[in-house]
Amino acid sequence: MKLTLRVWRQKNADAEGAMSTYEVDGISSDMSFLEMLDTLNEELILRGEDPVAFDHDCREGICGACSLVINGDAHGPERTTTCQLHMRSFKDGDTIDIEPWRASAFPVIKDLVVDRTAFDRIIQAGGYVTAPTGAAPEAHATPVPKPDADFAFEHAECIGCGACVAACPNGAAMLFTSAKINHLNVLPQGAPERETRVLDMVAQMDEEGFGGCTLTGECATACPKGIPLMSITGMNKEWLRATRKVKR
Amino acid sequence: MARTVWNSSVGKKTVMAVSGLIMLLYLVVHMIGNLKIFFGAGEFNDYAHWLRVVGEPFMHYEWTLWLVRIVLVVAVVAHATSAYQLSRRDIRARPSKYVHKKPRASYATRTMRWGGIILGLFIVWHVLDLTTGTVHAGGFQEGRPYQNVVDTFSTWYGNVIYVVAMLALGLHIRHGFWSAAQTLGAGSRTRDRALKATANILALLLTAGFIAVPVGVMTGLVS
Repeated sequence: MKLTLRVWRQKNADAEGAMSTYEVDGISSDMSFLEMLDTLNEELILRGEDPVAFDHDCREGICGACSLVINGDAHGPERTTTCQLHMRSFKDGDTIDIEPWRASAFPVIKDLVVDRTAFDRIIQAGGYVTAPTGAAPEAHATPVPKPDADFAFEHAECIGCGACVAACPNGAAMLFTSAKINHLNVLPQGAPERETRVLDMVAQMDEEGFGGCTLTGECATACPKGIPLMSITGMNKEWLRATRKVKR
Repeated sequence: MARTVWNSSVGKKTVMAVSGLIMLLYLVVHMIGNLKIFFGAGEFNDYAHWLRVVGEPFMHYEWTLWLVRIVLVVAVVAHATSAYQLSRRDIRARPSKYVHKKPRASYATRTMRWGGIILGLFIVWHVLDLTTGTVHAGGFQEGRPYQNVVDTFSTWYGNVIYVVAMLALGLHIRHGFWSAAQTLGAGSRTRDRALKATANILALLLTAGFIAVPVGVMTGLVS
């Protein structure tokens, strides 16, 4: 396949960025999207140009490092991560626009790499359980009803990639934050911090400068892990409950 | 607690949801009341008079009406203020747009902000036209709302403003009612279809019910 790529190039956080056009040839439909970018970068290096910076790590769709808004869609046209997107989703001769996540809470570091540490700070605010460290506890000591376990697992699938923020017209981190809150709040292990978790994580989310939810549903459509929009409803419910219970 | 609610994006949405639902409840009552215009001037004007004497003798003349007006003003102000502040936050959170643009979300969802502004301006005109009579066309008559309504919908601009605003209202309620349910944590997977259907039915009934009045005047059914 021969493709035309229009890629967002930005030297550093302070520099002005712009779309640059590149031609790549010899792309196989079995390549992943990131391998296609590797091909481009090899050519750029051979030509003595600065390769395109992009985030990637496991390339197995489980780490949440890869990002990229491809033709206006976070993680591209398939419901998966960019690393699991294959070039068979495109046609020979296509022009592909590649842009970084866009949100003021995710400033661009270079080219397609954005700073997602805002998510880490939301997790630090309450995305944990108070558990004694050491050997793994006896599995049967804390029974978890099956529906609760399923609910928790569904939300635990969130890999924190930030596609929800990138897709949201308000740059909101509601789906990410709600996935983390719902995951832990439904489990007995998460019960001691049930109220403080939701209050602190939502407060941190606001503090980071993420937008609010207008329920457009773009986040859930973009989520490679299928976190449902109803997750936000659950977070709202937990937040209202905690506000009533905790006097601050 | 009030401070926690107002300072949080989730809390401010709660304010929007609650104030929106208060206004929605009022609109249902208002729309049903409006339809009395089809039973003639006598019944409609009597109904308007009754609204001023509701609750007597415990309530003095117009006390109930003013109570409702105060609640509504508080709801409108709370709704608009939180909408403004939340929108400011949203726009700040996404300062740069994508180069590759795609049509997103439903029409009702995308028009919430503009629709809200249209409705706000409409409310001002509507009160000045039919409550105070300040901008009323053709001599405002206190206590004779039937005649006033006929006056308003005998002008082309009265009809245009009203119909456009009611279409905006329908779209606003379609997304707003369902969203309010999510904000208040009342949505769930099993209830989602019912909530969406209720939002659509409410939007349709209110829009049709309100627009029936200018259509009635235009077709000569009400004169």
